[in-house]
Amino acid sequence: MKHAEIAPPVLELRDVSVSYRVRGRAVPVLNGVSLSLGKGEVYGLVGESGSGKSTVALAVQRVLPPNGHVSGGQALVNGRDVAALDRAALRRMRARDVAMVFQDPGRALNPSLTIGRQVAEVFEILGSPHGEALRRAESMLERVRISAPARVMERYPHQLSGGMQQRVVIAMALAKDPSLLILDEPTTGLDATIEAEILDLVDTLRREFGASILFISHNLGAIAGLCDRVGVLYAGRLVEEGPVRSLFRAPRHPYTAGLLRCLPRPGLRKDLSPLDTIPGFPPAPGSIVAGCVFAPRCGLADDLCRRVDPPLVPTGEGRLSRCHYADRVDRLPHAGGRPAALRNASGEVDAPPVLELDGLSKTYGVAPYAVHALRDVSLRLMPGETLGLVGESGSGKSTLAHALLGLVAPDAGSRMALDGAALAAEVRRRSPEQIKTLQIVFQNPDSALNRSHTVRRLIGRAVTRLGGLAGALREAQVTRLLEAVRLTARQLGARPRQLSGGMKQRVAVARAFAGNPRLVVCDEPTSALDVSVQAAILNLLADLQAERRVAYLLISHDLGVVRYLSDWIAVLYLGRLLEVGPAANVLDGPHHPYTEALLSAAPSVAGERSGRIRLTGAIPSGVNPPAGCLFHTRCPRRIGPICDTEEPPLVADAQGHAIRCHLPREKLGRAPALAPA
Amino acid sequence: MKGALGRFFLRRLALSLLTLWLLSIVVFLGCQVLPGDPARAILGPLADPRAVAALNQQLGSNRPPVEIYLSWIGGLLTGDMGQSYAYRAPVAPFIGHALVNSLKLAAMVFAIVVPIGIGAGVLAALRAGRPLDRMISVAGLSLTVIPEFVSSIALILVFAVLLRWLPLSASWPAGSGPLVQIQHLILPALPLVIVLFGYIARMTRAGMVEALSADYTRTAVLKGLPWPTVLGRHVLRNALLPTITVIAAQMGYALGGLVVVETLFRYQGIGSLVLGAARAKDFAMLQAGILTVGAFFIATTLVADLLTTLLDPRLRTGGRR
Repeated sequence: MKHAEIAPPVLELRDVSVSYRVRGRAVPVLNGVSLSLGKGEVYGLVGESGSGKSTVALAVQRVLPPNGHVSGGQALVNGRDVAALDRAALRRMRARDVAMVFQDPGRALNPSLTIGRQVAEVFEILGSPHGEALRRAESMLERVRISAPARVMERYPHQLSGGMQQRVVIAMALAKDPSLLILDEPTTGLDATIEAEILDLVDTLRREFGASILFISHNLGAIAGLCDRVGVLYAGRLVEEGPVRSLFRAPRHPYTAGLLRCLPRPGLRKDLSPLDTIPGFPPAPGSIVAGCVFAPRCGLADDLCRRVDPPLVPTGEGRLSRCHYADRVDRLPHAGGRPAALRNASGEVDAPPVLELDGLSKTYGVAPYAVHALRDVSLRLMPGETLGLVGESGSGKSTLAHALLGLVAPDAGSRMALDGAALAAEVRRRSPEQIKTLQIVFQNPDSALNRSHTVRRLIGRAVTRLGGLAGALREAQVTRLLEAVRLTARQLGARPRQLSGGMKQRVAVARAFAGNPRLVVCDEPTSALDVSVQAAILNLLADLQAERRVAYLLISHDLGVVRYLSDWIAVLYLGRLLEVGPAANVLDGPHHPYTEALLSAAPSVAGERSGRIRLTGAIPSGVNPPAGCLFHTRCPRRIGPICDTEEPPLVADAQGHAIRCHLPREKLGRAPALAPA
Repeated sequence: MKGALGRFFLRRLALSLLTLWLLSIVVFLGCQVLPGDPARAILGPLADPRAVAALNQQLGSNRPPVEIYLSWIGGLLTGDMGQSYAYRAPVAPFIGHALVNSLKLAAMVFAIVVPIGIGAGVLAALRAGRPLDRMISVAGLSLTVIPEFVSSIALILVFAVLLRWLPLSASWPAGSGPLVQIQHLILPALPLVIVLFGYIARMTRAGMVEALSADYTRTAVLKGLPWPTVLGRHVLRNALLPTITVIAAQMGYALGGLVVVETLFRYQGIGSLVLGAARAKDFAMLQAGILTVGAFFIATTLVADLLTTLLDPRLRTGGRR
């Protein structure tokens, strides 16, 4: 990095502005962004949706959509202005110098060409004859740690898992040995353990290949673990920049500080304190804001901020901040506001459980091809408590939720009980009372809400169907629910497309609560939302729980979310319960080796990923599960042949913390990442 | 994988045979419901009722319907399509001859419409939103709604009567070579080309627009591939999948839709054969003709399904992993 001053930077943006033409009007998306990447440097670009971070990537490669254009400034790759390149030079730049990895690997690969064909193509452009290109493609796949590359070469994209697909895309990107690699949300949508694998891979490959990396993400943890420097984008402007450690430790812009405080991190729990949120909304693209763009949402803003747009000024240690009061950011008031509502920390001791699952199994298919999605799972959930369900995809989390909701029928012999009464497998055979008692909040409010209905109608229908209310009573209940989810009467007439993602999820929550449920299944309730919105929804769920003593079955791949909301945590692997217990016991350890690996895979802002436990090998197929302990094929702490032949029992301690492992409890590990920061 | 594909094919084949059987019942019932009986049709309206009854007895057409159906189906299964009342001869050779003629005409239609339709669709997608795209889309839509009998007459007037570029009749002199036959077939093919052009062009355009904006196309562009390679290898391959299926499925439609054209151009195809048989109450010919068209329709649908499966690796190689 010392040489950055001598050779031209690999990537340099000088005052780049980009605008999109929407209905005949130019809407600025990027506003005077400047940044530069030295050789071998990894630069993280953070921002929430709509901040313009992906537009940066598109502008560098000149692949903006037809209605977008660079309205000012220059993007230089290896000192050459990208806008000035002719067609052939642009193609040469794409073929040799700059590579790009996008968010959704399943869509980035051509569905009708084999993997080998698609990777070899990159070498053919660079002049390799066909046979040699294929050989080099195979060795490239090996370098991104794909086992059996020869077999993968013959596969089509849809035959690979998401993690494998992303490895292939990374292989294609690195095949040309580029000087600049742009990663745009490369792990969004992947499982936590796969995400960790991909981040590890990128971390290793950056040393092997020496490419400079522009890493674009909304995931602060991923950025912290990988990058040297970070830039924070807000409403198309770079508001802060600096070395990753010092920036995350002591942010100098209130927006960065707000983002970091929104994260559910170790030590924060629903019964201790609400999460901080950033009040208000980002400005609509194209709206004109006098003064600082962040002022309307900033706890430090005063008249000066609302009048004068602050410049991006150095604040020492190679850091820049676009704030008049960069030195006061540590005094930013906590925006969570309301004092934590009274929590029922332990619940009523004698209350009967709201949910009991006894020997729940689900088998798909028949004998030789049977897939055991759930194997003999027994769980209890008390009123007013949250059970967090954790596991990789294919672990049976969703099957469990679907069985509960009556969408799939469990195997004979499974028993489900809601409030002590048996819960029929099919929705049709459940009582109206049970249907009211058990509700769901889905991951994606866009697909869960009817787009042509107004908020009044969406919530009102639920009130009528679940609450049996009509007329004035119905209106009163709609208003109460609206207040409960912190929406105002202004939104009653709005349709989903006029609402932000967070508001839509609030409507979905209000609908689930229309019949005063006792148990709500929350299926990844915040994973489609931005960090600051996620915090607000988590607070909302915690408040509703405290007020109404509703129990949650929480499914999430984000351990921060699980940690914040859960009283109990259950860990599933290939449909088998490997560990269950009070949240604190499961998180602090000793834990099952699988839990330990999951916990250490979660990226954290503290950036300590050195003590990571890496799971090797793919998740075994449910059709042909391993004998003995289901986890032994990937277990870093396998003790011997007993693991391969004999499945350990689920052994509980006095506090109800049960672990399914042959290792004695005192020898089980504790994940270091969980030590409070 | 091969086994799964084979099973899929066998299942579709079984379904097709079932459909064909149901069709045979519908066709048979339809002919039973039609007024008049064979003997009356043969002997004419002024014939003595006793003679009619006697002929019906002789033909077996006064038996119970179930019996007639069974003997008809039995005949079909052994390759006997029955006797034509009108021609007093076996039906099969007539059907065969007409089918060959119709297939020639259909082949002509597709030889013209497929390249033009796909070409126009690709061009429209590459110029999406521009004037050329609008022109192609509007032209395609307007042409599709012109009924064959209207366009046929207009075409005959312009090309055969006014300009005299093409022969008026579709039937070529006996013993003509392929070139003469083609010359005779162009004009009758055009009305169907006009109907199908818009359809194929719009399908192609939709597939192209989707493929052009797909992430994998962006990946290909960012690999630094030359544009023709991106287009040929990455875009077209995915864009044309739905179009190919549609074209295969349209073959069946074209064969059935030839009735008007064959009649107008006095062409001895299956359409005019069926129409003639219906007029003459020549039930054996009518049933065999309709069943043949139906069988062809079902066969092309089967081929279309198979093509889709074979061309799309996602379907060919089954589910995930």
